[in-house]
Amino acid sequence: MKYKINVMNNFFKYAFLIIVSLFSIFPFYWMIVSATNTSIDIVAGKLSVGMYLIENVKTLIKTVHLGNAFWNSLKNATIGTLASLVVCSMAGYGFQIYRDKGKDNLMNLLLLSMMVPFATTMVPLFRMFSTAHLLNTLTGFILPSVSTAFLIFFFRQNSKSFPIEVVHSARVDGLGEFGIFLKIYVPIMAPTFAAAAIVTFMNNWNSYLWPLIVMQSQQSQTMPLLISGLIAGYTTNYGILMLAVTVCTLPTVILFFTQQKRFVEGVLGAVK
Amino acid sequence: MIVVLNFYPMFQGFLMSLQSGSGNNLKFTGISNYRRLFQDPLFIKSVGNVLIYLVFQVPIMLLLALILASILNDKKLRFKGLFRTIIFLPCATALVSSAMIFRSLFSVDGFVNTMLLHLGVFQEPFAWLSDPTWAKVIIVVAITWRWTGYNMIFYLAGLQNINYEIYEAARIDGASAFSQFTKITLPLLKPVIILTTIMSTNGTLQLFDEVKNITNGGPAMETLTTSQYIYNLSFVYSPRFGYAATVSYAIFIMVAILAFAQIKVGEKK
Repeated sequence: MKYKINVMNNFFKYAFLIIVSLFSIFPFYWMIVSATNTSIDIVAGKLSVGMYLIENVKTLIKTVHLGNAFWNSLKNATIGTLASLVVCSMAGYGFQIYRDKGKDNLMNLLLLSMMVPFATTMVPLFRMFSTAHLLNTLTGFILPSVSTAFLIFFFRQNSKSFPIEVVHSARVDGLGEFGIFLKIYVPIMAPTFAAAAIVTFMNNWNSYLWPLIVMQSQQSQTMPLLISGLIAGYTTNYGILMLAVTVCTLPTVILFFTQQKRFVEGVLGAVK
Repeated sequence: MIVVLNFYPMFQGFLMSLQSGSGNNLKFTGISNYRRLFQDPLFIKSVGNVLIYLVFQVPIMLLLALILASILNDKKLRFKGLFRTIIFLPCATALVSSAMIFRSLFSVDGFVNTMLLHLGVFQEPFAWLSDPTWAKVIIVVAITWRWTGYNMIFYLAGLQNINYEIYEAARIDGASAFSQFTKITLPLLKPVIILTTIMSTNGTLQLFDEVKNITNGGPAMETLTTSQYIYNLSFVYSPRFGYAATVSYAIFIMVAILAFAQIKVGEKK
């Protein structure tokens, strides 16, 4: 009797998991398959891989500046990530290693700023940036997200496991403060840096609202903006739309599969 | 030492200047903007919509994530890693991408309609996204798809801190799976649940990407969110930055009140 209940129980568990998994994977499957089919086939409900991929690529390149947008996204996300890591790791290091009451209070204040919705700061930010002539520039793209309270906190929390004695003995050995940070802290904390890098890169790559406001020229368009522009017309060519979506999604999905553990660490980040 | 200590307050000042964005009115008009806010039908509608998303989406998603996490926490379960990866996968997509996929799936000539026509459920295609109720449902579905795995990861991490022996003991004492869930999992995960609730609430109140790309606020502003309203006020209609800033502060106040309420409720229980 007990055994029977267990079997039933397990059956429901697996059935539930499989259904949820199908739900979460189907849109991906449909996206990739659709990228290889004509719009007509897609509308007809075709669910197998087609032969139309190269045609779609050609059409897409002809209609939009795909290469340009991809390059912009890559450039913005990479440089933005590097800048964030430099700034936030130093700040997080500073908060933990030179810790005192004032800095703890400041950190709490910073954490409160996490609660401030982006919509609240968006308009003033835009006005600041347009006066400073930063619209359509790389600086304009990355500046608001270079230092985030989340990342600083992430680095601070992880620095707690960093042995402070090492800093003291390095000082005795005559290493400068900056040297300590660069030569001792950074190598030891490499996994933390990697996790932070993955999450920041994904956020930058996927960011939409801020680029929508500041990257208004064709020249500075990023991938999410390009995709969103594809539906502006009356009829949608699903083949090329899904191809563009696939192109935009592939880099992050590859990162996800190869670096899943670090990504999870990064997401959970500050919760420790 | 000097570099870090100097760099650091400077950088803090910079950060603050970026984040504390003030009202920013060029002309001083006092509270007239705020008075206008409460008579603005679009503002009221957008707040109503956001609250609808909030009330339906956040509990459904968090409950689903909790159930998934507690199933996946079972040590005997096979293919655990595979299931976890698949359910977490949507997190790797851009919000715009996921919005596009759902928009295409549910468009008039989209996949869902085609299937339902084939199965004979519908006689003619149904315009999901032009129906005020269904458009909201699809937005909720899209958000849930994108974020359930994300929240599940938090719960899984939280469950790992719970000693597995508690569950074994409960099982020996004859506790059912349901009472294990309500008597052990829920109380012990409370901090994580509060955290995810605050994060999700915050996210939903600021909802923009999905709505902008799935329905663009339509049909007839029935799915408009407050964030999109601010965007429209500032960048689509003739720019009214002052009033947009007023609406912005309204969101800020909502986020603050809800977060505060959730923390208070969490403390009490």
